[in-house]
Amino acid sequence: MTVNELISTGYFKPVSLPSPNREIVGAYVGDLLSWVMGRAEADNAWITIMSNVNVIAVATLTDVSCVILAEGVSLDGEVLSVALEKGVNVLSCELPLYEAAIKLGGMI
Amino acid sequence: MSEELVFRFKVDGDDFTSAGQASVQVKKNLRQLGLSAEVIKRVSVAMYEGEINMVIHAGGGDAEVRVSEDYIEIVLDDKGPGIKNIDLAMQEGYSTASDTIRSLGFGAGMGLPNMRKYTDYMDIQSEIGVGTKIVMRVNC
Ligand SMILES: Nc1ncnc2c1ncn2[C@@H]1O[C@H](COP(=O)(O)OP(=O)(O)O)[C@@H](O)[C@H]1O
Ligand SMILES: [Mg+2]
Repeated sequence: MTVNELISTGYFKPVSLPSPNREIVGAYVGDLLSWVMGRAEADNAWITIMSNVNVIAVATLTDVSCVILAEGVSLDGEVLSVALEKGVNVLSCELPLYEAAIKLGGMI
Repeated sequence: MSEELVFRFKVDGDDFTSAGQASVQVKKNLRQLGLSAEVIKRVSVAMYEGEINMVIHAGGGDAEVRVSEDYIEIVLDDKGPGIKNIDLAMQEGYSTASDTIRSLGFGAGMGLPNMRKYTDYMDIQSEIGVGTKIVMRVNC
């Protein structure tokens, strides 16, 4: 499933969408950046509640297909502009982490 | 590749917003050189952790990445406070990071262990009050 297709299911809203056609293969859930750096695989969707600018660097380095901010977390404008500049897809949802992972897992 | 390629970076110590930039640039460069995804991933993880450590623990420093035929070498050099007990610092979960740093997602105490795990060679030279120099290699 592509990031765009995931958005069209209605559960995840686009925040930054520079590469809508990226394919999602598997997912990783986590907030500690060292764990995500070491464990997330390229093309994963990364579900997290962290939203500072370092998330964008980690998303770039791990080459995840998108960052999904759960629990209603939002991005501030500065971080959003970095995400767009670096070509990082960011989505958001109101769902708690666990439900977000379950929802995503049922679709990809 | 017959000639050795060297990339040099100044890592800014008081700018969290640009932390990781050198690693992102290195990844881009290695991609252009056509190195395998596996090698690029290992270099990225090791370099990122080392870069972040220089920012949060040492007030910045210098990073150098050398690409030779057999391996990628990462050299991180800072003039920070030094590491008192390297064996302790190498343990998973050991961290002296502040709560503020932790709230940003750092300070899991996994940086040095990750650097060891993802590289084929790692050497730490550190002196209290003088600085820390870390050399890592990833075979390609
Ligand atoms: N460049 C450095 N200069 C001084 N101390 C460092 C440096 N790198 C690591 N350390 C020390 O080693 C500890 C463990 O490092 P690390 O495994 O990366 O965990 P973390 O960065 O999450 O604290 C740090 O908390 C810090 O005390
Ligand atoms: Mg660290």
